[in-house]
Formats: sequence, structure tokens, C-alpha cells
Amino acid sequence: MLKFLFTVIRRDVLLAARRRGDWLTAQFFFVMVVSMFPLGVGPEPGMLRTIGPGVVWVAALLASLLSLERLFADDYRDGTLEQMLLSPYPTTLLTLGKAIAHWIINGIPLLLIAPLLGVQFNLPAEALWILVLSLAIGTPILSLLGSIGAALTLGLRGGGALVTLLIMPLYVPALIFGAGAVEGVLSGTGSEAHLSLLGAFLMMSLLLAPWVSAMALKVSVE
Amino acid sequence: MNLYYFASPSTFYPLAGKLIPWFAALAFILMTAGLYISFFVAPTDFQQGEGYRIIFIHVPAAWMSMFIYVVMAFWSAIGLAWNTRLSFVMARALAPTGAMFTFVALWTGAFWGKPMWGAWWVWDARLTSELILLFLYVGVMALQAAIDDPRRSDRAGALLNLVGVINVPIIYFSVKWWNTLHQGSSVSLTRAPSMAQTMLWGMLIMALAAWMYTIAVSLARARSLVLERERQTDWARAVLEGKA
Repeated sequence: MLKFLFTVIRRDVLLAARRRGDWLTAQFFFVMVVSMFPLGVGPEPGMLRTIGPGVVWVAALLASLLSLERLFADDYRDGTLEQMLLSPYPTTLLTLGKAIAHWIINGIPLLLIAPLLGVQFNLPAEALWILVLSLAIGTPILSLLGSIGAALTLGLRGGGALVTLLIMPLYVPALIFGAGAVEGVLSGTGSEAHLSLLGAFLMMSLLLAPWVSAMALKVSVE
Repeated sequence: MNLYYFASPSTFYPLAGKLIPWFAALAFILMTAGLYISFFVAPTDFQQGEGYRIIFIHVPAAWMSMFIYVVMAFWSAIGLAWNTRLSFVMARALAPTGAMFTFVALWTGAFWGKPMWGAWWVWDARLTSELILLFLYVGVMALQAAIDDPRRSDRAGALLNLVGVINVPIIYFSVKWWNTLHQGSSVSLTRAPSMAQTMLWGMLIMALAAWMYTIAVSLARARSLVLERERQTDWARAVLEGKA
């Protein structure tokens, strides 16, 4: 069982590593969206510090959504997905593995870029650390919930925009707790409460999302 | 007679046809009575003046918007568990009405907010979660509309609906905490309900009218959905040719 999970993860990461152009797009998208905000609202340090956590988080949501469409689509197109569904292992493991791989490919780079962007927004060192921590807890949620959307919209026209429409409202708690944790450091109220709630939301997503997206995959493929 | 009897499209269709006029008539009568009480019987609020009367539409709409989403989730769950086609039809038929009530609640809320708070919109917890509820409705309808195969469309919509209903309380509380942690809200919707009896009655009657309207409209929508999907069967052909 575990071996199957690792195989799924390894395969996806390997495929992404061999097609670097694909996954770099989402990372640069993240950087560019964040960099547009100071141009739009003005370079005043105080204001940038206030909007910084929210902007980085919203950009992380968008970057995650951008790459989600491909989560199952490539395997579906060449028939690999159907073979995987026919395998004797539970589909839940497949969707869990896919979500973890998506996080490794798209989530971890975001964590590494985020502090740099935080510096652009004039965030103090302590807030940067919490920003990375909140993204570390939060981005797996984005991948997990996103896998439901990717499974539901598999093979549909306009899949990308549709995934955004379906999944964005479900991201609201992650956004609030994630950006709220950094905000808490800035305003001096502390970030533990937000981080704990974010962690709880991650646990719930981990428990339910692979299962739901496995059902969604079966609905979409049958 | 068992419960499954009316789960068959061919028996549901005539039954719904018979029920719709009754619910529509009830909705009309209750709405007339409710509006009469709201505008002519209920006293003017001493703090809010005449502007408060918008709650007679606003509150029932907000109640229905949340309730319909839960009812949809109920039908979705039944449909997924027992594979009953009619349950999916009911869930699908309810969605536009739910979205409409959510929109009405937001719209009338804005009308109420302008004279009372001096702003069309504030990022209050209830307003925000109602807005997100509208997004959830739109998501379900967009997904159903994007899939041509009715079987897949039903199931995908039902799954999304169920995920949404688990998320609604989480969203509500997260928004609530977000709001209280962010800024001391200058306006609060949670006034003690010290309203006059007639006001309460007006609101309850309007809520009942909204219920009856929802039932009538969703049955009518379900009826045409059933007819569209069963068009190749004998009974549906007979109906379409005007024989039944």
C-alpha cells in the first residue's frame, strides 16, 4: 500500500522534473502576481506591510489553482489514469499521492519564494518566518481540496476557469487563517490560534479530500 | 403504498403536476397576507423608521438561501447513496431558487444597509458568508451546466454540494473570527430581537410564503427536467403528444 503511494508520488515528481517549463510557469505566475500589487496600490511601506500577508496568500491560492487543472488531465488523456483506476489498490491512495506530489511540485517552491516576496512587502523577520510556516501548513490544504476540483472537472471544456469557480470558495478558511496568522504577528496578537485552526483544517482535508476526490474521479471516468 | 412509489419519474410527474397549483396558490395567499401585515399593520420601528420593513423580504430570503442549500445536500446524499434519479433532479431543481434567494438577501441587505449603516456593503461575518454561499451555488450550477452527460453531471454536482455543506459552517466561523480579529466591527446585526408581535408574524408569514413558492417552483422545474430526461419513454411521449 505504502509502496503504491510512493510510486505515485515519485512518478509525478519525476515527470515534473523532466518538464521543468511546466511547473516553473506556476512559480513565476506567483512572483508576478505578487509584484503587481505594489505597482497597483503604490510603494508606501506602511500600506505594503498591511496588505503583504493577504497578497502573498491570495497569489498562492491562484498559483495553486493554475497548476491544478493538469493534476489528472495528462494521465486521463493518454489513458494512464484508467489503468491506475483498474489497479487493485484503493483509489483514495492514488488521489492522496497525486495531491502530495502536487504539493511537492508546486507547494514547496512557493514556501521558498515567499520570504523573498515578504521582504519586498517590508515584512519584519518574525512575520516572514510565520508566513513560511503558515504556507507550509496551508499549501497542502490547497493541493488536497484542489484535487477534488481537478477530479470533478476532468476532461471538461474550460476546465481551468471552472476549477477556480468550484474550489475558490472552499479555500476561504485556509486564506483567512493563513493570512491571519501573519497579520497576528504584525499586530502583536500572536499567531498560535490561527496556526492551530489552520492545522485542524489541514487534518480535516487530509481525512476527507482524498476520499471525495476518489469518488469524483470514478464519477468522471466511468 | 411505499415511499419509493413516487420516486419513479412516471408517477412523480402527474403528482407534481397536481401539487404545483396548490403550493402556488398558498404562496400567493400567504405573500399577500404577509405583505399586507408588513406594510400596513406592523408598526413603524421607533429607531429605524420605515426602512426596517425590508426585513420582511430580507430575513425570509436569507433563511431560505441557507435552508435550500442544506435540502439540496440532503437530496444529493440520498441520490448518491441509493442511486435514485429523482433525488438528483430535485437537488438540481432547487439550485437556481436557492441562488435567487441568496441574491435577494444580499440585495435587500444592501438596501437596508445604506440608510441604517451609511454603507451599501460592510465586511460583516454574515454578509461575507452569505456572499460565499452565493459563490457555492454558482459553483454547483456551473459544474452541472458544464457536463453534458446527465448522469455524470448529477453525481459531480452532488459531490460538490456535499463538500460545500461540510464547508459552510467552517467558512461561517472562520469569517466570523476573521472579522472580530481584524477590526472592531462598528455595526452589529445581532440586536436583541425585541420586535413587536405583529412584526414577527409578518416575517413568519412571509417565510412560509417563501417556502411555498420554493416548493411550487422547484416542483415545476423538476417536472420539466424529468420530462426532458425521460423523453424516450412511452409515458413521456404520451404526455408530450397530449394524450395523458
